[in-house]
Amino acid sequence: MASSKRRVIALVMALPLLAAAAEAGPRYGLGRPATQAEIAAWDIDIDRDGRKLPPGSGSVAQGRTLFAAQCAGCHGAKGEGGSGERLVGGGGSLASGKPVKTVGSFWPYAPTLFDYIRRAMPLNAPQSLTNAEVYAVSAYVLHLNGLVPDDAVLDAAALAAIRMPNRDGFVPDPRPDVQRASR
Amino acid sequence: MSDARKDRAGLASPHRRRLLGQGAALVGGALAGSTARAVAADDANAPPSIPDWMRAPGADVGSEPYGTPSRYERRLIRNIPKNLPQYISASSRTPLQDLDGIITPNGLFYERHHGGIPEIDPSQHRLMIHGLVETPLILSMDEIRRFPSESQIYFLECSGNPGFEAMSGRTASDLVGLVSCSEWTGVRLRTVLEEAGLKSEARWVVAEGADAAAMTRSLPIAKCLDDAMLVYSQNGERLRPQQGYPLRVLLPGYEGNMSVKWLRRLNVTAEPAYSREETSKYTDLMPDGTARQFTFVMEAKSIITRPSGTQRIARGFNEITGLAWSGHGRIRTVEVSVDDGRSWTEAQLQAPVLTRALTRFRLPWTWDGTPTTILSRATDETGYVQPYFADLTAIRGTKSFYHNNAIIPWRIAASGEVTNGFVKA
Repeated sequence: MASSKRRVIALVMALPLLAAAAEAGPRYGLGRPATQAEIAAWDIDIDRDGRKLPPGSGSVAQGRTLFAAQCAGCHGAKGEGGSGERLVGGGGSLASGKPVKTVGSFWPYAPTLFDYIRRAMPLNAPQSLTNAEVYAVSAYVLHLNGLVPDDAVLDAAALAAIRMPNRDGFVPDPRPDVQRASR
Repeated sequence: MSDARKDRAGLASPHRRRLLGQGAALVGGALAGSTARAVAADDANAPPSIPDWMRAPGADVGSEPYGTPSRYERRLIRNIPKNLPQYISASSRTPLQDLDGIITPNGLFYERHHGGIPEIDPSQHRLMIHGLVETPLILSMDEIRRFPSESQIYFLECSGNPGFEAMSGRTASDLVGLVSCSEWTGVRLRTVLEEAGLKSEARWVVAEGADAAAMTRSLPIAKCLDDAMLVYSQNGERLRPQQGYPLRVLLPGYEGNMSVKWLRRLNVTAEPAYSREETSKYTDLMPDGTARQFTFVMEAKSIITRPSGTQRIARGFNEITGLAWSGHGRIRTVEVSVDDGRSWTEAQLQAPVLTRALTRFRLPWTWDGTPTTILSRATDETGYVQPYFADLTAIRGTKSFYHNNAIIPWRIAASGEVTNGFVKA
């Protein structure tokens, strides 16, 4: 049923596309349609504006406990870094001779923190935290950077509303920027 | 002749033969005077001896079901950093200085993993395509291999190869070993995206790996509809686990991180994901504190691989050879300087010279024993010329880490010893 529906779609699409100088190639009838449930289960992408952040919430206090148990071993008790990256500090250092790139000093969008922690952290057990736990750890890391107060509770709206200090710090690629060799 | 052979054959012990060989070498040395090579035990199988490996049959056909290099090549391995705090997110380098031609053997292809190397059962692997498409699709590996296929030779290079503050490597591999080149086989990404049907708002494709990092990069739609591939084979065999088995993206000429390995999902979107890997990482910090974002293309670059760091050359004829490549297309010329950049000579390019592939260059050279520094400089088909390190850093500073394509100098001492010209002698 689903494949016959696709064939109809293909036929309908083929007519205007043929006129439009073969914008799309032929269809091969391979694969099967993905269901919305399957997509929802696999799609963990969070956009920079946080529109796709999931339900749930977590507090700085909860994040502090989780961080000590699951993150501090690599990132240090206060996010100062260890075998894992430094997460805290470096504010105002980016244009200096010794820039320190951290969540607080460099990351432009707070929802990206949720995206990355959920998909890839902790390094030894990624995708093991619940959404509430990811909100909590995100809240704690942001708190360590002085970006949310000690009593903060973050959910989708609250996380998306945080304006990161380096939000406007990124520019497009201007290369080629070094035109010819000299000396 | 037959007497000599019989005598040698009568010496059952290889040890005795070696002793005898040494004696012969000493006699020969005395006769030939100072020009004799100081080789003794190594000559046991040289003339006039009959080599040991001719005196008995070798190993059986099929004694190695999957062939491996000679035992005498066991030192030829990936360049793996020592004493890292962890090896889950790290890199290893191709030993460029010990390879010939342009194709990297699969076992020596550079590695950069962010969550280790997953062991994926291809029968259970699925590719999901969703987002701004007419029909979201799930494809098995068998189905992906049924699409029209193609094979292309492309280089792949990590964008930090090396960082601007990591110029003190001893070997060519230490410096730019995060580049390799393969013949890739797969299906055009465009073909697979069109199977799902792109909606008119589609501008980016967010690719995600099935590794423990769930590596995510946003690929611009123009590249996806141009030469981008979904790859399942490399140099004729299925991808190695380290290169994304069973399926990866391949974006010719773009920074390696974008060619997402272990590909499981393509989310067609109107905007980039702004993932951690395209904000916090893989952005290039400038001296003014801004960071360049979506710096995709690997610009033209070259390196002399022989003679190169830790090697030693002799006076007389030496072939200078190396590799050049550009993410913008074909290599047009490679110039070599044997006088530290005062003059340049155009090198020979070994055919085929392919777009976005490694290109082998060669220059015959006779070294007179004078200490010097040798350099190579690539120009690609756009006319872009590989810059000096000083020219790059004058604009970008030394904190941008990625996209360092500087000219690499090799210093040659009076002894013939070759060392990194960036390191003070």
